[in-house]
Amino acid sequence: MAKTLSEKVWDAHVVAEGEGNSPDLLYVDLHLVHEVTSPQAFDGLRTAGRKVRRPDLTVATEDHNVPTLNIDKPIADPISRAQVEALRKNCDEFGVPRYSLGHAEQGIVHVVGPQTGLTQPGMTIVCGDSHTSTHGAFGALAFGIGTSEVEHVLATQTLPLKKFKTMAVTVNNKLPDGVTAKDLILTIIAKIGTGGGQGYVLEYRGEAVRNLSMEGRMTMCNMSIEGGARAGMIAPDETTFAYIEGRDRAPKGKDWEKALEYWRTLPTDDGATFDHEVILDAATLSPFVTWGTNPGQGVPLSAAVPDPAQFSDPVERTAAERALQYMDLQPGTKLKDVFVDTVFLGSCTNGRIEDLRAAAEIIKGKKLANNLKMIVVPGSARVRLQAEAEGLDQVFLGAGAEWRSAGCSMCLGMNPDKLSRGERAASTSNRNFEGRQGPGGRTHLVSPQVAAATAILGHLAEPKDLGM
Amino acid sequence: MEAFITHTGIGAPLRRSNVDTDQIIPAEYLKRITRHGYEDALFKAWRDDESFVLNHPIYKTATVLVAGPEFGTGSSREHAVWALMDYGFKVVISPRFADIFRGNSGKGGLLTAQVTDEVTEQLWAYLEADPGAKITVDLPSQQITAGEIVASFEIDPYVKWRLLEGLDDIGITMQQLDQIDTFEQNRASWRPKTTA
Repeated sequence: MAKTLSEKVWDAHVVAEGEGNSPDLLYVDLHLVHEVTSPQAFDGLRTAGRKVRRPDLTVATEDHNVPTLNIDKPIADPISRAQVEALRKNCDEFGVPRYSLGHAEQGIVHVVGPQTGLTQPGMTIVCGDSHTSTHGAFGALAFGIGTSEVEHVLATQTLPLKKFKTMAVTVNNKLPDGVTAKDLILTIIAKIGTGGGQGYVLEYRGEAVRNLSMEGRMTMCNMSIEGGARAGMIAPDETTFAYIEGRDRAPKGKDWEKALEYWRTLPTDDGATFDHEVILDAATLSPFVTWGTNPGQGVPLSAAVPDPAQFSDPVERTAAERALQYMDLQPGTKLKDVFVDTVFLGSCTNGRIEDLRAAAEIIKGKKLANNLKMIVVPGSARVRLQAEAEGLDQVFLGAGAEWRSAGCSMCLGMNPDKLSRGERAASTSNRNFEGRQGPGGRTHLVSPQVAAATAILGHLAEPKDLGM
Repeated sequence: MEAFITHTGIGAPLRRSNVDTDQIIPAEYLKRITRHGYEDALFKAWRDDESFVLNHPIYKTATVLVAGPEFGTGSSREHAVWALMDYGFKVVISPRFADIFRGNSGKGGLLTAQVTDEVTEQLWAYLEADPGAKITVDLPSQQITAGEIVASFEIDPYVKWRLLEGLDDIGITMQQLDQIDTFEQNRASWRPKTTA
């Protein structure tokens, strides 16, 4: 029978089929761990006298709460320090390898998997973080789990799960110049809504998706959860294989040939059916930005802040009224007339080398707008090293931006990098929830290119506004 | 996990959609390494607003939360479930729940009862007309009773069974160790490892 990509990966990992209403038991190929959602899981193992079944399929890194300044010194915040120390102690006790601060592979968990070559097509990948969907860019079935499930995977290397429904998101034609993967996924979320993907795994397809780099594909899959979907996937192709080949953990020699042979069988079969399909025309897209407090509240950057009175759905109308009040925006204001205080470039959505290069190209030789602060946080220590080798750090520093060490940073404001009350940011991250980047902070989600142009002009802007 | 059969308690009307996990518990409270003690963090930013429903003294002992659609969107933090349970909530009623939040609730013993938009509206009206009114949620019959309102709710049958029995997933899976062993013996040897 013709199968979709996600069905193939699922079927290849069923340890035991569920009978009746019971879930399937699914094998996990890679379990990524970080300091925030794991301590209670390790405690659970200890209490029950259980071991980590496969430390060799598990790896930890420090990302969510680590500082991005002075990482050679002990973490100043005692609660953050205790959590990071708990991770180190737990990993050492249970034999789980870890990339701690100072290690070249340390960084945001979803940047680390791909850069080491651990993330490969056809795998099942889980992590106690909702943005695990990022790894779906390689044709892996990857999704976020809660701490009880983290404990379950540590103990058994499996998860009891019911099959996801399948949704094809087909993006035909080519993206216009200056329109990025971030604009594309923000447009999709605005179209399907924050709950539109609930229960589904999304498969992104079509010419515009095929033309994306691996970094762009990761940006798309990363934000699948913002549309309510547990996972997003893209079929592996030559772009995928070229990205993986030669990386530290990639198969080598004969193993590479075997892996390739298998990976080429993964794309969705002709004639396979999806439970639902959404179709977009890439040619109609333009840079996109959020105006509200959930990622579905977005419009083209060239548009104006919408009027809540125009929403026909009463729930959406109330949510829009509340969002505008929180964001301190008036209906009808052109988004390009919205001035920002801070620009954040980084996160698991847009903290990879390609994102930094794209922003640097726009910023090169220019200065930040007056009174505007920009912080640039590479997604991993390796990305930081690579950027420095290319001189990108000097571009950002020369413009007046701050150049930081790797971590989740201002994306979720767990570490000292936070917005203050009323501060407005253009952010390349993934969530514009109330207070997400700091209590009272206001977030506009944008692409790295829009972030860079905004940093120079001071108001929400695209490279075209700089004559680029 | 404690079994859930039936529960009656004060219902709190939370007239908001997209109650995301950052609202349920802000990230700064996720630095703690314990599984309990999050009641002070629940809806932290909204607690500063006097008009916020849980600031009314009558809801101090509320155990059933009635919220708008897309409850629990956002992050995978199970702390959101712990904070709700530490506050005293046993049930959340909503027209739609985010997948990860719903899964986490089932693991922790918090019942997520999915109802229609109409039922949510009826329950809000009922609770707002009579603050402190009680709601009964019966899991075996999947029924909600509140005054004159009688409505059914949806829940995954497997989650329902686990909640009724108070079963721990790891214990269930441990009975399938032979099958896990067999699966591992047949796994391709080129699959990546995290260790040297």
